[in-house]
Amino acid sequence: MENNVSKSVVENILEVKNLRTYFYTDNGIVKAVDGVNFNLKKGETLGIVGETGSGKSITALTILGLITIPPGKIESGEIIFDGQDLLKLKINNLKHFRGNRISMIFQDPMTSLNPVFTIGNQLIESILTHQKISKKEAYQKALDLLDMVGISDKKRRMKSYPHEFSGGMRQRAMIAMAIANSPSILIADEPTTALDVTIQAQILELIDNLKNKTNSSVILITHDLGVIAKYASRVMVMYAGKPVEFASINDIFYNSIHPYTLGLIGSVSKLNEEKKERLKPIKGTPPSLIDLPKGCTFAPRCKYAIKICKESFPPSIEEESGHFAACFRAKEFLNKSLSRD
Amino acid sequence: MVEQENNLLEVKNLKKYFNLKTGFIINKSAGSVKAVDDISFFIKKGETFGLVGESGCGKSTVARLLLRLLKPNAGEIYYKGINILKIKQSRMFKYRREIQIIFQDPYASLSPRMTIGDIVSEPLEIHKVADKKSRINKIKKTLKVVGLNPEHINRYPHEFSGGQRQRVGIARALILQPELIICDEPVSALDVSVQAQILNLMLDLQKEFNLTYLFIAHDLSVVKYVSNRIGVMYLGKIVEVAPSEELYSKPLHPYTMGLLSAIPIPDPELERKRQRIILPGDVPSPINPPSGCRFHPRCPNAQEICSKQEPELKNYSKDDNEHLAACFFAGKPI
Repeated sequence: MENNVSKSVVENILEVKNLRTYFYTDNGIVKAVDGVNFNLKKGETLGIVGETGSGKSITALTILGLITIPPGKIESGEIIFDGQDLLKLKINNLKHFRGNRISMIFQDPMTSLNPVFTIGNQLIESILTHQKISKKEAYQKALDLLDMVGISDKKRRMKSYPHEFSGGMRQRAMIAMAIANSPSILIADEPTTALDVTIQAQILELIDNLKNKTNSSVILITHDLGVIAKYASRVMVMYAGKPVEFASINDIFYNSIHPYTLGLIGSVSKLNEEKKERLKPIKGTPPSLIDLPKGCTFAPRCKYAIKICKESFPPSIEEESGHFAACFRAKEFLNKSLSRD
Repeated sequence: MVEQENNLLEVKNLKKYFNLKTGFIINKSAGSVKAVDDISFFIKKGETFGLVGESGCGKSTVARLLLRLLKPNAGEIYYKGINILKIKQSRMFKYRREIQIIFQDPYASLSPRMTIGDIVSEPLEIHKVADKKSRINKIKKTLKVVGLNPEHINRYPHEFSGGQRQRVGIARALILQPELIICDEPVSALDVSVQAQILNLMLDLQKEFNLTYLFIAHDLSVVKYVSNRIGVMYLGKIVEVAPSEELYSKPLHPYTMGLLSAIPIPDPELERKRQRIILPGDVPSPINPPSGCRFHPRCPNAQEICSKQEPELKNYSKDDNEHLAACFFAGKPI
């Protein structure tokens, strides 16, 4: 992935290089993020897909400097934003970026909003933290933000507490806070997992519209391949803390060269399929991050695994332009000498 | 409800209201939550009937009512032609053997202090099936059937992953050789790759033991994969019932259309070409549901009549397969 980064430096707004975030627990070292590389282009939506414990959320939290140290530790890596390495910044300088230039929408709006302050109060706080304007101007701005995220009856809603909002409305309020300072990067960590499907569609549409309006970039973290198919332009697939495949949306879905991605796609039932095809699940379960298998972490579940897979972890190689995979047999998928079924 | 004999389960006009109370010393009634409001459906022997709906639509309450874990306010539940709401507890005991449940959360539904063997053998003890020796053989056999290692009989739930725990839950439901299994969101707590394993296992077991499933979930693509027929619920009401292929290809109720359209399909080219309908607004509170058709405030097709009169569930099918919908303008595109 390193090559790709240096090729297109101009339009990259964020570059993450060789990021490793470990947690030191009593039971051993949890390698939550272990060698993540990616770049985010201006105006794009980058999808990060993976199952529970694949390290997708920890990647996001590390970018924002929200890892508790200890037990967490950032072992290595660079996060280049605006020509600066965010990992080298002091906490006071980092605060200029966090919630301002880079902001985040969390999964569960109930636990991420403060229950004892009104929505207005929390909105105004996020504005005043980063902008030198009067309280009155901030109030006006907060009203405009509620308008932008589609909350009606704004003046009354400013005085409401989070518990008076429905799940979808809370997530709208969270989005209003996240975009309060017109960030260049919006990280959405499973923004709709806690919501019903019809509400999920509303919220994702809202995030996409705001992105297009403000020409910002979005990192969309999810386990839902349907959501990825709809909104992402490029996708990073993670497994057990490592990126295993990174490619354009079409390459991921139609031309995948990593067995885990192939397995994920085979595991979901498609609503549009006329005749019922049996699902093809991946056998076994994801490994514990404390006790990772030797070699490729996916090898014990992989039906294509050969001897070398159990000995060392395959490097991430650009197999074709913009298409990276960490698999010893990726080339065989690519030249079709290995069947994808 | 044409052929009575083939129906393993038949539900008629089932209602469940939960009373709300306010006040600390003197309880005042503050209305009720109409969790399940006059629903009827049937399940044929050997089929899977899917029940979908968003949170708060009453689908889990239906599961509890069918097991008599909750007492309905009105209605009838016929199991093999017998109204199980009218029979005594002692007779109900016999039927409990035949109707089992698989719960949503495999972390909360297994006692952490019991071994896998104890958990799976508890139904045998309660119903006094087999002696101790043959019980162990039976448990080992069942564990093997659901894809667990029979050697793990003495392990505790915390030693297993989510998918394996759900297999234990399935083994517990299976051991009494039931006829009907109620599956209340059995895979929604699991990762995608593990979901597919459990869904395939459930389909295999159905074939092997001739099981009938009531499959409750909020994920329409999962429900479509396992079900023969699907019922769609909205705010305590069934708004549409159809064979699963037909529900997808020819939905009649605007809520079903909106629900189908809201689910993104994991196929980028198709998904980006597709016209999506996004339903406006939130699901209203079941405490004070909208007048007339409960869906009318969110419905793009709503007319004056929709807010005044409640539409009945009518059959729109021309052949033997029922396709029911409760809408004055059923089939009108949105």
